[in-house]
Amino acid sequence: MRRQQPPRPVRDPLTRPVERQVPPAPRSRAMHAMSARAAQGRFVLQRCTECEAVTYPPRDICPVCWGELAWADQPRGATILAATMIRVTTDLYFHAHLPWRIGTVALDAGPVAIVHLHRDLAVGDRATMRLMLDKGGNAALFALPEQEGNPMADPQWREFVVPVQDRAVLVTDGDTALGKAVVRALVAAGAHSVLVGTSTPGVPMPAEGDPEQVRQVPLDLTDSQSVTHCIAQLGGPIDIVVNTARFVRPGGVSAGGRLLHQQRALDVGVLGLLRLAEAVAPVLAGRPAGAFVDLLSIHALVGDARFAGFSAAEAARHSLLQSFRHEMRATGVRVLSVFFGAIDDEDHQSVPFPHIAPDRLAQGVIEALASGREQQAVGDVARDLMARWLADPATTNRENNL
Amino acid sequence: MTDPADALAALVDGLAAGAIRVVDLTNTLSPDFPVIVLPAEFGQCAPFRMEPVSRYDGDGPAWYWNNISMNEHTGTHFDAPAHWITGRDLPEGTVDRVAPRDFVHPAVVIDISAESAADEDFVVTRALLEAWEARHGRIPPRHWVLLRTDWYKRVGTPEYLNLKADGAHSPGPDGDAMRFLVHARDCVGLGVETVGTDAGQASRFDEPLPAHTILHGNGRYGLQCLTNLDKLPVFGAVILASPLKIQGGSGSPLRVVALVAGRAG
Amino acid sequence: MRARASYEGVVVCAPVTVPYRRFSDRSAHWWAGRAMRGLVDAAGLAPTDFDGFCFASFTSVPDSAVGMIQHLGLTPRWLDHLPTGGASGIMALRRAARAVQCGDAEIVACVAADTNHLDSFRQGLAGFSRFSRDAVYPYGFGGPNATFALITDAYMRRHGVTRADFGRLCVAQRSNAASNPLALQRRPLTLEAYLAARPIADPVHLYDCVMPCAGAEAFLVTTPEVAARRGLPVARLLSTIERHNAFPTDPVQGRGGWAMDVDALWESAGIGPGDVDTVQVYDDYPVIVAMQLADLGFCAPGEIAAFLRSTRFEIDGDLPLNTNGGQLSAGQAGAAGGFQNVTEGLRQVLGCPLGAQVPEARRALLSGFGLVNYDRGVCTGAAVIERLA
Repeated sequence: MRRQQPPRPVRDPLTRPVERQVPPAPRSRAMHAMSARAAQGRFVLQRCTECEAVTYPPRDICPVCWGELAWADQPRGATILAATMIRVTTDLYFHAHLPWRIGTVALDAGPVAIVHLHRDLAVGDRATMRLMLDKGGNAALFALPEQEGNPMADPQWREFVVPVQDRAVLVTDGDTALGKAVVRALVAAGAHSVLVGTSTPGVPMPAEGDPEQVRQVPLDLTDSQSVTHCIAQLGGPIDIVVNTARFVRPGGVSAGGRLLHQQRALDVGVLGLLRLAEAVAPVLAGRPAGAFVDLLSIHALVGDARFAGFSAAEAARHSLLQSFRHEMRATGVRVLSVFFGAIDDEDHQSVPFPHIAPDRLAQGVIEALASGREQQAVGDVARDLMARWLADPATTNRENNL
Repeated sequence: MTDPADALAALVDGLAAGAIRVVDLTNTLSPDFPVIVLPAEFGQCAPFRMEPVSRYDGDGPAWYWNNISMNEHTGTHFDAPAHWITGRDLPEGTVDRVAPRDFVHPAVVIDISAESAADEDFVVTRALLEAWEARHGRIPPRHWVLLRTDWYKRVGTPEYLNLKADGAHSPGPDGDAMRFLVHARDCVGLGVETVGTDAGQASRFDEPLPAHTILHGNGRYGLQCLTNLDKLPVFGAVILASPLKIQGGSGSPLRVVALVAGRAG
Repeated sequence: MRARASYEGVVVCAPVTVPYRRFSDRSAHWWAGRAMRGLVDAAGLAPTDFDGFCFASFTSVPDSAVGMIQHLGLTPRWLDHLPTGGASGIMALRRAARAVQCGDAEIVACVAADTNHLDSFRQGLAGFSRFSRDAVYPYGFGGPNATFALITDAYMRRHGVTRADFGRLCVAQRSNAASNPLALQRRPLTLEAYLAARPIADPVHLYDCVMPCAGAEAFLVTTPEVAARRGLPVARLLSTIERHNAFPTDPVQGRGGWAMDVDALWESAGIGPGDVDTVQVYDDYPVIVAMQLADLGFCAPGEIAAFLRSTRFEIDGDLPLNTNGGQLSAGQAGAAGGFQNVTEGLRQVLGCPLGAQVPEARRALLSGFGLVNYDRGVCTGAAVIERLA
């Protein structure tokens, strides 16, 4: 017999909204170092620089020979040794997500770890480990089945990523080549609705040919009133905000007369980010998996003499994101920075190849969301520069500005 | 001539009695009021922006005020001679040096709204002006010449700037028309409803941007983004247009009003 | 290795239990003070008679034993603080015994005291250890229940132990608690009720978990002469062991430090597991009880399941175990839970139990287990005591 669908519940106006909690946050300094690497998508554990013993949980000295420890990438395999389903907790965040499954695993890297366990894994199974960031922004080990199906089916996994499927998204400056690519990628990833902010006055909105879930809205990040007005007019929840706004002009000290460009780069990139974040933070805070995604130049990390003013603006933006990340984490909202190099558009005509295609970059945004990764470098140029910067910031700064 | 004191008293009485009306020719300054868009190689005009400092809140419990920013040529605005290279050496070329006497001048309104509706690139020629004079009479000296195009009715739509792939499209004068107005008719300046005194495509004219070139090279002024010109008589309106006293400024947003005889129809 | 010295010249006496409360608005200091008062009353001492003080507590923060002696007005010439929780009773006994034997102190008060406010448990967990904060609590925040669920899961798979086997232990301890007027849980527990209890962290269910409470335990370590002057019944120490972080490479804890030192324990004692009349072991979860029985030689390796099924652990059974009901029934008063094994074992051999007496009990095995720093208990210890004369 087919079970009948229960009747749709009538909405009660006195229903309390769900308050979002985050998992317990205090960590040791060593653990924060692990989280910083997890934010880049690495799977790392500490290894002794002398005896090469691999250790976990994070320590400050090698437990085998008392030598110095260094972070090193590790094999991702593991075997499940024990499992439990937690049904009682004193923590408010986990209480809201019970039951919660964890397990003890033997990592191929050596140590044994307590991990979040995908619901399809049983004791004795082989697993693939992922080093994720929990809602509090801290590194967390998650065991996934070796044959990856769609982990999104596991509600526990969804706490560590930003699902796009069926979510409402706002994209700023959605009428640029980059913005359009991001909108396309979000639609392809199954977004429920995509609001496309456009800031160019007087230009007819390119509404023709848009899929039905896409809607154009006026949104100019340089105008506080426009930003507050746009958010006030949303008329529904927003789960994800993708900020593609930027103002790119070449020029350093010798180009002359570029103060206005610099001012606009700051107004769009820095103050615009501030205006946007301030307006959307309360909207995102109420959502089960809110995320604020900012697309910024890899030159936020390493200045670029050819684009000195723009790079400075992007550096300021990077700095803002670091602060917002901490602040928004408290409400369970993830702040994701997607870094990229010269894009294949009119802004980078003079920059030597390779350029990154807007569609490739947009795919990077989808990947960052799907992995909940706080920092993602997309494209060869950005990945190369990020790797060099992480290894040696001072040298990278010099050689990049010769 | 009437006694000046009597004249002022009559003006005040007229205003009080409603026999003289004040018509606002100014568009509202707001962040979304469009500004002129130049080709990409040039610097751009900043739109109006407003950030609240306090609004009866912690930053000012009992008072409300904003910081505002804009270009000198944002919204309804005044062009001083120094705005153009032809006027850069004039002694009274910047807004702080404009003679107060020039804040008040009569106006003549030339209606080209029908022509503009038919052709958004309509060009005002000397021939058109002469034909107009044949119908309405000679343009008197020391008057603002106001071009009524009804363009202000497009404010709030993309058709106001009317940007196309090849730039803006809006009516304006050619060089001969400007020389006629400045040299033969000694106008105070040219006032328009569009975003510039020159036509949208005037940079492509054989003699590019003639209104700016000729007006400002001869110490005359421009008023742009005016509104309500259709509410003014052909002759007889008096324009009050006093730009902000910006040191060395090339122009200024301002409130422009017209004094018009007669009760509202 | 040098042979262990005997504990000649040392006696243990005056077991004190300050009746537990599920919740208390008193501080650990108050509970410690009540325990000292209990010692004075039991032994006929004056407060100034104590010259040694050994203290264990989780909730006396920010005070350690140092803060406690000034709070209590003591002036000892020997002082020890034990942060080892469930192993602290055995360790206090060992340390105090050597201090007395060597003359560093003559009358040592060993005290464990903890309070339990409404939110103490959660707060205690949150700041418990660095590894827990970094690598355990962020994984569901199940507390010790979750950690021991993982240990229990692996143990059951490895040894073929069933929930019903653990249930027999819990049911026996509850039946022992029935005669103890101070036990917090005395209502009879049936195996059916045990098996039907709600799951907490599979396979750990409600009756596998202790009830946190407030309370204090204390005993005295002194010389036979001091005890004799006051006419106190005493026991002597036959043997003790202690081990920390044993078998660190075992992937999941399946044995404790007892397994490293069990031979030394019985050899020094001069008797075997079959020669003790009662066993008082640490029982935060039944899996740990099973582990101690196996590691301390009460059954052959790998036969724990059969042993649990064939042994009666009631007071009148073949191996009277946790005769006051253990923490599972009497309650877990923080670090005092790690002293219960000593005080109850002492009472049984001295013939003054809180509840029913194990017939003709002369010798007891005491065992402690403490501090889940990360994925397992780190500290273990055991002692064999015997009534003197």
